[in-house]
Amino acid sequence: MTVPRTAFLSKLSGEIGIGVAFVLEFILFAILSPYFFTPDNLLNVTLQASITAIIAAGMTFVILTGGIDLSVGSLVALAGIVTTAILKSDLPGPAALILALLGGIALGAFSGVFAGFFITRFNITPFIVTLATMTIWRGVAFVATDGRPIWELPEVFAFLGNGRLLAVPVPSLIMALTFIGSHVILTRTRFGRHVYAVGGNIEAAALAGIRTGRVLGKVYILSGALSAVSGILLASRMNSGQPGAGLGYELDVIAAVVVGGTSLSGGKGSVIGTFIGAMLIAVLRNGLNLMNIGSYVQQVVVGSVILLAVMVDRIRR
Amino acid sequence: MTVPPLLDMRGITRQYPGVLALSSVDFSLHAGEVHCLVGENGAGKSTLIKILSGALRMDAGTITVDGKVVQLSTPGDAQRLGIGVIYQDFKLVPHLTVAENILLGNEPLLGRTPIIDRKAMDLRAAGALRMLNEEIPTGTLVNDLSVAQRQIVEIAKALSRNVRILAMDEPTAPLTDRETETLFGVIRTLKTRGVGIIYISHRLEEIFEVGDRVTVLRDGTRVHTCAIADIDRRGLIRQMVGRELENEYPRIALKKGEEILRIENLRSDKLSPVNLSLCRGEILGLAGLVGAGRTELARVLFGADRKTGGKVFLGGEEISPSSPYEAIKAGIGLLTEDRNKFGLIMEMSVRENISLATLREILTGPFIDRGKDEAVAQRFIGELHIKPPDAEVKVETLSGGNRQKVVLARWLNSRARVLIFDEPTAGVDVGVKYEIYTLMNRLAQQGIGVIVISSDLPELLGICHRIAVMCEGQLTGIVEGMDATPEAVMTFATHRAHT
Repeated sequence: MTVPRTAFLSKLSGEIGIGVAFVLEFILFAILSPYFFTPDNLLNVTLQASITAIIAAGMTFVILTGGIDLSVGSLVALAGIVTTAILKSDLPGPAALILALLGGIALGAFSGVFAGFFITRFNITPFIVTLATMTIWRGVAFVATDGRPIWELPEVFAFLGNGRLLAVPVPSLIMALTFIGSHVILTRTRFGRHVYAVGGNIEAAALAGIRTGRVLGKVYILSGALSAVSGILLASRMNSGQPGAGLGYELDVIAAVVVGGTSLSGGKGSVIGTFIGAMLIAVLRNGLNLMNIGSYVQQVVVGSVILLAVMVDRIRR
Repeated sequence: MTVPPLLDMRGITRQYPGVLALSSVDFSLHAGEVHCLVGENGAGKSTLIKILSGALRMDAGTITVDGKVVQLSTPGDAQRLGIGVIYQDFKLVPHLTVAENILLGNEPLLGRTPIIDRKAMDLRAAGALRMLNEEIPTGTLVNDLSVAQRQIVEIAKALSRNVRILAMDEPTAPLTDRETETLFGVIRTLKTRGVGIIYISHRLEEIFEVGDRVTVLRDGTRVHTCAIADIDRRGLIRQMVGRELENEYPRIALKKGEEILRIENLRSDKLSPVNLSLCRGEILGLAGLVGAGRTELARVLFGADRKTGGKVFLGGEEISPSSPYEAIKAGIGLLTEDRNKFGLIMEMSVRENISLATLREILTGPFIDRGKDEAVAQRFIGELHIKPPDAEVKVETLSGGNRQKVVLARWLNSRARVLIFDEPTAGVDVGVKYEIYTLMNRLAQQGIGVIVISSDLPELLGICHRIAVMCEGQLTGIVEGMDATPEAVMTFATHRAHT
């Protein structure tokens, strides 16, 4: 009978459904590849997932309000360049490092202010506004560097992207902190509740006394700032600021959020879902690599899994 | 030999998880008959219609059309059998023309080409409208039509598909009195063409005006079916509620406190200077026809729309809210009309909806105190008898009356000094209406200034201490509750000051 099964599936909340898929995938690769279920490999997976996952945490806020932020990939590049450029300035070492990190993140936040301004003041759809900022920031990155990477950075900077604390890669730790923080903000603060309200029904939210413009502005600032964090980590890993870095990241990030069960129309979803979504895709890539499946075939598989995950989610509702 | 009824539904049963929505309900409909379906929110009216339209499957029962047993598994099945439903939210495409909408999915083609025959389409659309004696240019975009006209288009669309059984779910809710008259004309025309009509409405006077028979549902069972001529309003209410309501409108004596709200020469794009004053403990009605400026006045007071001049004093202090946020901070609350569109966040739980405007008060540091949040929700679920009594269900699963209670709870919790209710009882059944009136009385007794906007004149006359009447953005008169008669109010409501 179909009735009991759909009833059963509908009882699973969004995260559990995707969580089950993730566990199954995990077991499958553990059986297929002896190397998969080793601490080394698993830590490696979190490291590979971290760059897009951190951005996806911010993107979840944006998508929960019913918006989208296409500028994240370009911000990865531009924040990396700003940070590496400050590192190469004549400032004394420690000051340069702190200023470099703050500068990069401030740039990301500024981009959010900029996008939020056009979205709320002129009521332009987020898709268009961030499509524009995506193009602008990418252009600025190339203009500022003349299209050449920024090399020869102080060694201490490399620690952020390549170092380990208690065997755990630093980007993985930052990712974990980002998700814990995002989850707490979304589920336990007023701002988090307002994010869901604005995404669920923006008019009703405004009439309940929520300053919707501010909420929207904040989610783009958060998304921009977290993109910048990823940009800095990526620059550290590559030990250079690359104007072409992060190309197409916006799509990987949106995929993680959507696979995680967050609705593109807003109001519904969670960062836990996004985290599992990002991990599901990362584990898939890793497992396919271990099984020596070529990257062309991998694209077909990853695309199919995205479709499958969202389809299951639809049927469940 | 008797003719089988056009539609015969027998033993219709539908179980939702935990709830028996319909329990062995019988319902029949003859050609050319208007059979009204009444009952409190959640009585099972909508479920029955959904089953008839093929949108929902029944767990048990049989449906016969023209004496033949039919299967209604999909909306397509229902359409083929000539069953049409006019929902409250119309299923029209705003950026297509009237003709395109009427023949949507049914477009006449030029011979065997895939090209639409526009001439034939316009002709057929105009034909369907003519059957209703309605003149709407077929080339107009639906977006440019009034709500009433959209409804006519929706009916014409059903007619163009040879509908024989037409269900209407609260069709007059968005209409003005005159538009309602037009709709009744259309219904009479449909009757003469042999269409059987199932008519759902909370406005009992309409049922006595257009109905031939009435069936009362209560808690998923059919409690009464009879000819309209054989029952009166009181009897119908008793059947719906299952007990005698002593008085439809509980009115309390005015214990007038000091002035809480004073409006001086308030103007906006849609308001001519308005002067009004409200005391603590007073229930002030705002009457007028749709579009008279009542909602506009409420929105300006609430900071949702901009004022262009004038002053507002709350408790003696001038306020000038430029956003609902500021109005709420000052102490004004607004229960919007159309709670689904402007009041509630459907995806959110009852608890989250209730505390949405008052989160600041339940913070511990930067965090929402979950315990306080739940306590607030539980308190109002108990006080207002919200059903089901579960703070964690999403409001989208609640019936209309319970949704309204959730919005009420939000504002009761806000410690507003002036509360504006915009059409608080629209689409709400008699029992819940009574609870809402009692609640307003209690608020007034607590010293809150209450303003009620309503298109239901008997309701305003029944509960308000004073009624301010508006017409075309102007305040045209104030009627004291004791002297208030429908005539006095309607005179002001149709009064044009500048003519």
